[in-house]
Amino acid sequence: MTDLNAAIKRAVWRGVFVVSVAAIGVFFALPMAWLITAPFDATPSMSVQWPDWTLNNFAYLAANPYALQSIGNSLLLAMATMVVTVTLATLASYALSRVRIPGRDGLLYGMLLLSSIVTGTAAMVPTFQLMNVMGLINTQTGVVLVMAGGLLPTVVFILKDFMDSVPKSYEESARLYGAGPFRILHDVVVPVARPGIAFVAIWVVVQVWSNFLVPYILLRSPDSQPAAVLMYTFYTESGQVDLRLISAFSLLFTLPVILIYFFVNRKFGFRFYGGIKS
Amino acid sequence: MTTIVGPRPIRKRHRHRADDVAGLGRVRAVAFVTPALFIISFFLLFPAIWTVYLGMTNYRLTGLAAAHTSFVGFENYSKALADPKFWSSLKLTVVFVVGSGIIGQSILGFALAWSVRRMAGWARTVLESVVLAAWVIPGSVHAFLWVALLDRRSGTLNSLLNSPGKAWLIDDPMTMIILFNIWVGTAFSMQLFSSALSAVPPSHLESARMAGASAWQQLRDVVLPTIRGHILTNTLMITLWTFNTFGPYLLTAGGPNDRTNILSVYIYKTAIPGGRLGVGAALSMLMLLINLAIALAYMRVGRRKA
Repeated sequence: MTDLNAAIKRAVWRGVFVVSVAAIGVFFALPMAWLITAPFDATPSMSVQWPDWTLNNFAYLAANPYALQSIGNSLLLAMATMVVTVTLATLASYALSRVRIPGRDGLLYGMLLLSSIVTGTAAMVPTFQLMNVMGLINTQTGVVLVMAGGLLPTVVFILKDFMDSVPKSYEESARLYGAGPFRILHDVVVPVARPGIAFVAIWVVVQVWSNFLVPYILLRSPDSQPAAVLMYTFYTESGQVDLRLISAFSLLFTLPVILIYFFVNRKFGFRFYGGIKS
Repeated sequence: MTTIVGPRPIRKRHRHRADDVAGLGRVRAVAFVTPALFIISFFLLFPAIWTVYLGMTNYRLTGLAAAHTSFVGFENYSKALADPKFWSSLKLTVVFVVGSGIIGQSILGFALAWSVRRMAGWARTVLESVVLAAWVIPGSVHAFLWVALLDRRSGTLNSLLNSPGKAWLIDDPMTMIILFNIWVGTAFSMQLFSSALSAVPPSHLESARMAGASAWQQLRDVVLPTIRGHILTNTLMITLWTFNTFGPYLLTAGGPNDRTNILSVYIYKTAIPGGRLGVGAALSMLMLLINLAIALAYMRVGRRKA
């Protein structure tokens, strides 16, 4: 009898467990379902519904003058920030890895502390004012510099770890053949550390691509705004939300980061997004 | 004796030099580090320090004070602290951080990490991917997905619950941004606890089970003490991020009637559309100090663990 009771109890618990896990799954999946159905629906509405399949929404999107331009702007901002950040961080992390500059550990520690305290939201007022004073307001250069400043500490920190693990024997032999430090860095260290550099480069691209606040504050003209800001404009500033446009645009804007995520997750594992998100 | 003591300093010096295999030297090393440091100092460190000064001026974006800015000392602080809007914003921030971060994301993240351990491979993959996808989608898309979900006239939630016309974002905006932020951020806690749980030695759980401990007792007496460090790390990180998030602005813009006007949104509205940069800077200063306190607590915990 007690055995039967225990079995029933276990089955009930099992049922409760399955139902609650399924409910949590639905909670996470439900808002996302719209992103999968609406872009392919000839007459999308706000709710998730079986689509009347079409690809016309994407053609309609391509005809919007701002949409593709903003994707181009996102790409430009992401690439420029990536080049600046990765170049400077490679130089810095290599030097910090190989030479004991006085106060090195304190410097790394301080930089990391600084980047976690001075977040985009906490520093938006002084950053905005700084860009005003420097005449960089409403310029993409301003956005790139601010983003680079915020991301560099983390990138230097991660890259230094990678540099520490690059075997020094390669550099020794390159030096024996008379290569200078720049040459060694460029021809020996960078190729060996390529996985690490690729990792931080992708991380920076995703951070800039998804960032809303910095370009929202610093860029006023729609010609220079990235997709993250235009997306917001699409559903707040026009009287009637154009669902054909916004659904296709959401998908086009989201797809690259989803693809990057699956690629990186397969290659590097959880550390990518689990690391530090600004 | 001399043969033992003698070579030591030489070997040591040798090892030091061996670090710098490319022959970079200190001067060049400093030159390599300088450009990165310059960008960080100018665009990260300087704004933080400048906030102290800006917070003591009557900077405005437009109008008379924009042309003639003057030093006002602690006036902005006393004004900010005397403003009931500030206190209500702070209260909303605490509710938001505790509700969506410390309670919501941590507990749901842990529950997910705990339950997927014993699940079939495909179910685990599906569940984890869905939670992670919510975290990966860019912020402005997040927000519109929720706008569509909660839409009054034709949102998915109203058609599922058969409650046409229910205006979720007006009736209960705080609960909605809390749920929204749980939806966005739970992935981090889930991943962190997943890796923490995989480090709990199975033999400990085994012996607890042999001793007749129930699932709850195993959790309380074996698992939680083992992953205490991770719980602390998770709580502090989540607190810092939730406190600094600007996400809810995209969903409710602080409204209706300032009922979701958390500190980050309040600062934005005061300083940029409101044009009161001095007051905004004073508020930013408070935010930076709170961040500093959380980060220092985090660093201390991290050190003790090491």
